[in-house]
Amino acid sequence: MLNTIWFLLIAVLMTLYAILDGFDLGVGNLHLFARGEEERRLFIKSIGPVWDGNEVWLLTGGGALFAAFPPVYATVFSGFYLAMMLVLVALIMRAVGVEFRSKVESPILKALWDKFFFLGSFLASILFGVAVGNLMRGIPIDETGTYTGSFLGLLNPYSVFMGIVSLAMFTLQGATYLALRTAGGLRERVSGWAMRLWAAFAALYLVAAFWTLGVSPHLYHRYYAVGWHWVTIAVFVAAMVAVPVFLKGRRFGWAFASSSLAIAGLTSTLALSAYPMLAPSSTNLEYSLTAFNASSSPLTLQTMLILALIGVPLVLGYTVYIYSVFMGEVDGSTPGY
Amino acid sequence: MDAMTLSRVQFGLTAGFHYLFPPLTIGLAWILVVLAWLRLRRAEPVYDQMMRFWTKLFAINFAIGVATGIIMEFEFGTNWSTYSKYVGDIFGAPLAAEAVFSFFLESSFLAVLVFGWNRVSKRVHFFAALMVALGSVLSAFWIIVANSWQQTPAGYKLVTDGSGKVVRAELTSFAAAVFNPSTLPRFFHAVAGALVTGAFVVAGISAWYLLKGRHADFARKSLAIGIVAGVIATMGSAVVGDWHTRQVAHTQPEKFAAMEALFKTQSGAPLLLLGYPLPDLGIPKLLSLMVYFDPNAQVKGLDAFPPQDLPPVTFTAMSFHAMVWPGFMCMFVMLYGALLLKRGRLHDNRRFLKALFWLIPVPFALNEIGWFTAEIGRQPWAVYHLLRTADAYSPTVPAGQILFSIILFTLIFAGLFTLGFYAVRKHVLAGPEAEASRERG
Repeated sequence: MLNTIWFLLIAVLMTLYAILDGFDLGVGNLHLFARGEEERRLFIKSIGPVWDGNEVWLLTGGGALFAAFPPVYATVFSGFYLAMMLVLVALIMRAVGVEFRSKVESPILKALWDKFFFLGSFLASILFGVAVGNLMRGIPIDETGTYTGSFLGLLNPYSVFMGIVSLAMFTLQGATYLALRTAGGLRERVSGWAMRLWAAFAALYLVAAFWTLGVSPHLYHRYYAVGWHWVTIAVFVAAMVAVPVFLKGRRFGWAFASSSLAIAGLTSTLALSAYPMLAPSSTNLEYSLTAFNASSSPLTLQTMLILALIGVPLVLGYTVYIYSVFMGEVDGSTPGY
Repeated sequence: MDAMTLSRVQFGLTAGFHYLFPPLTIGLAWILVVLAWLRLRRAEPVYDQMMRFWTKLFAINFAIGVATGIIMEFEFGTNWSTYSKYVGDIFGAPLAAEAVFSFFLESSFLAVLVFGWNRVSKRVHFFAALMVALGSVLSAFWIIVANSWQQTPAGYKLVTDGSGKVVRAELTSFAAAVFNPSTLPRFFHAVAGALVTGAFVVAGISAWYLLKGRHADFARKSLAIGIVAGVIATMGSAVVGDWHTRQVAHTQPEKFAAMEALFKTQSGAPLLLLGYPLPDLGIPKLLSLMVYFDPNAQVKGLDAFPPQDLPPVTFTAMSFHAMVWPGFMCMFVMLYGALLLKRGRLHDNRRFLKALFWLIPVPFALNEIGWFTAEIGRQPWAVYHLLRTADAYSPTVPAGQILFSIILFTLIFAGLFTLGFYAVRKHVLAGPEAEASRERG
């Protein structure tokens, strides 16, 4: 029971990360498409007060994985060594880009930090998908729970394709967010981007779904074995259908909410398909690290659950407050960088 | 070099560089609380100016601290996978708790502090400062809990596999693990060191403005706050440091013997003033007196322990002494500053103001050296008496990849340091008035 709760909690943390940091990664991916200094500043301002807090969901997810499932944290992170280092570099690059572009006057330096922000966001968006793709495909883990693969092995076509899927998903999330936060002609353009990104993401998703059926049919077996599995995919499909409807109807808040819900539908579908596997083994599914064979002791899981039940509602509470202080359309008078 | 050594180099590099920033975050956060309170209570615009100026400096420092801190959250898994599997049942919880209870608090309310000038009331702004400061000490608390468990593990049992080999430590009491014997002295010592850092930065920059004859009112008020904070923090650090050292003597005697360079077990052990390897004079019986409150008590020397369990003596002893004496110097500087302040002679004592400015790097260095003492003195153990560092690394990561990431991080850190330095320099040169008059947005 505790193991299942923690499997779910990790999934929830990752979902919140994908939704929240998802939109500021997406803004980063679109950053170079902004026209001129004024628009770029608006883009940065729109995420200014919140991107840092959004990223903390990733740190929380990492810490929670370490605490609840130490062998998964240890095996996957050391196995993905170079990929992990690239993720860290990407996250540092975008932090530097956002923080320092406002601290220089020279247009050349500003352009440099813009590229840092874009490249960091772009790399991170893809790498998260590549990582998930590898986990869906299974990674080489032997009977002792030891990773036996290589860095280049992570860059297989299926996983790289998943990287492109996640790039589209995060960028769509960023575009709907920008549509919500901007006004006038910029909003029209951003909303147009969102439509195209939506189409791209939907098409990529379909290909990914069939490819996954070929690569990891066991994920489908597990998924359909769950009685109420249709709920998650129904949420995903309904939310996906809603995105362009709301964009066309100029209900940008709802469009962003739908895009967020689509992410949640997708991650919960994934979680349901993988449960209880956290790191499926491609060598032999029997060797997979699961919520049961790779967990911490019941006492630790229980203690952590109490801490989470105290901490997470608090965090959600003041996060809502912070968003309420800073949301609204961004313009020249918006406080920011 | 082998993968284990390279992972040690990388951990030292990333943790060492990261720890240049959190002490200033913690120290300055509490000074911001004081400033936000003054801004709330007093009408003079200078308090508004002070709050804005020091908040901006705080934000620059915080950003680099975050960027470098992300690495730490994942590095245990990437470079120390054996360690992570062995201790994860206990060590992971404080890391997760740090994220939930502190990182969110810091990053969310820092947004209010930095961007909320015209959006929230002064009262809410004060509350935000308080939450950022609270978050910063909670962060210190949880990370020190994790590290202290490596120093003095408690609240666990060892679990063996079928063949009788120990595979991991398992939690038996969360309270005992969190409040293990070294947590509290180390927490208070680290926080005191952080407050010293905040005090010296505020005092040093204010002193520079006074020397240049700029922003006199702002600089005087800031300097006074820096000096008062500095007196409290340096004295607190010394008192807690004494407590912490005694705790090490009781709970990690071989580390203590290395710190004090006590080679032979003896009754009435002398206190070496400069340590090892410098030629030294010991004050007879003082070490026994300080540890056991008995001048004739026996203190265990390095000869009481198996050589393979000893930390590197030279480095441990040198770093310990390189922390203690400059630490006392910082205390005397602040006390002297307080004396000058009280007599109204602080603001035209140019030599002292100059000294304050040039002393800014010292507390940063002392925080680092303190960690050298703690972490090198912990060797050869990753977890004291349970798991050796040599057995803790990731066996599956090729050495070449670690070398690559070391080079990468070195370049990034050099860049970040340069950027941070120039951003702070630019901010200080522009001065508080530029900050206040700039239409935000």
